[in-house]
Amino acid sequence: MKIKVLGPGCKKCVTLEQATKKAVAELAIDAEVTKIEDMVQILSYGVMSTPALVIDEKVVMSGKVASISEIKEYIQKA
Amino acid sequence: MIKSIQLAKKNQLIWALLLLPVWYVLYINLQNFSDFIIDNLFHLTKGSHLTETLRFFIFETPKVLLLLVLVVFGVGILRSYFSPEKTRKALAGKSTFVGNIMAAILGIVTPFCSCSAIPLFLGFVEAGVPLGVTFSFLIAAPMVNEIALILLIGLFGWKTAVIYTLTGLIIAILAGWLIGVLKLEKYVQDWVFEVKTGQSDLDATKITFSKRIKVGLETVKDIVGKIWIYIVAGVAIGAAAHGYVPEDFMANLMGKSAWYSVPLSILIGIPMYSNAAGIIPIVSVLIEKGASLGTSLAFMMSVIGLSLPEIIILKKVLKMPLILAFVGIVGFGILCVGFIFNFIY
Repeated sequence: MKIKVLGPGCKKCVTLEQATKKAVAELAIDAEVTKIEDMVQILSYGVMSTPALVIDEKVVMSGKVASISEIKEYIQKA
Repeated sequence: MIKSIQLAKKNQLIWALLLLPVWYVLYINLQNFSDFIIDNLFHLTKGSHLTETLRFFIFETPKVLLLLVLVVFGVGILRSYFSPEKTRKALAGKSTFVGNIMAAILGIVTPFCSCSAIPLFLGFVEAGVPLGVTFSFLIAAPMVNEIALILLIGLFGWKTAVIYTLTGLIIAILAGWLIGVLKLEKYVQDWVFEVKTGQSDLDATKITFSKRIKVGLETVKDIVGKIWIYIVAGVAIGAAAHGYVPEDFMANLMGKSAWYSVPLSILIGIPMYSNAAGIIPIVSVLIEKGASLGTSLAFMMSVIGLSLPEIIILKKVLKMPLILAFVGIVGFGILCVGFIFNFIY
């Protein structure tokens, strides 16, 4: 599973990245978490409010910092 | 199982409704409460500098925070019906002027954080939202918002709040319209038009009402958690000035007889960066000490609406002439607001 955190590097984006890594660790799944800071790439997902969460190339959330339990839900649904 | 979930949701709603009268009782008793603490509990001498400073602080801080919680909660629910994606769709291909008006109004209700100004700008331009219309949105979004509105109602009364909101909207509409008429598209960085934005089918606005209440509560936690410190600091500075600074102290510097006070306070306001939460309590004291309404409004708009950090962020997508046009036009609009209100009042 490939998880991407989209965000230009503001505080919220860092918080979301950390929460996502925690969620992955707590679920003990094999997933790669990367952070995308390049604006052109962020826009290629059609995202206008950062931070956003992309799981296997699909945008599942944008515009807020999701809690760890919310992120877990997104991962399990994907 | 399903029944118990429905019951739980209903309970949530009832709790939320029960909190409203509690809020009201607290709010209307604040003056008595603060007087009680100052006069009966601490037995402070009435009218001394320290007493009046403390009275102001103990009364204003909970008042503004209570207002903030209520309105942010309401706006959080209202905002859950809007998203930048939806707004973009509504504005794409709109003619100028009508588009400018819509953009400025949508700027108030669409969730917006200045750190996503760039993706939002790119997303709008790429979807065919005219440049001027995009600017109307970008000017209105930070300047006219619920926090400014609450603080203005709380500290100045609803009339000033309405004046601020309307003039803020008019500046956003006219400035965006003018940028559109001047055809400044060539001063957008070239790479902007080459960006291809993808389509996301995510629609965050289709959720149940109980979810919206949850969103409202989360917004309160998020926003109040972030800005309460600015409000307390702002009110504290305001309280100190209320108690210690002599009346009419600001009359010479920021009063209406000094014509240069309006442009001067705009120039001072640009490099100052603060959100509405920090600056409004301070401005309320400036007015109390003799600053005129027009000058104070201009100062406030300049601090909130024109900020150096935002200009630096926009530099990524705009060339210098367009940035200067943006600052110049908005600055001129604020200048007019300042002069008009100094003239009327």
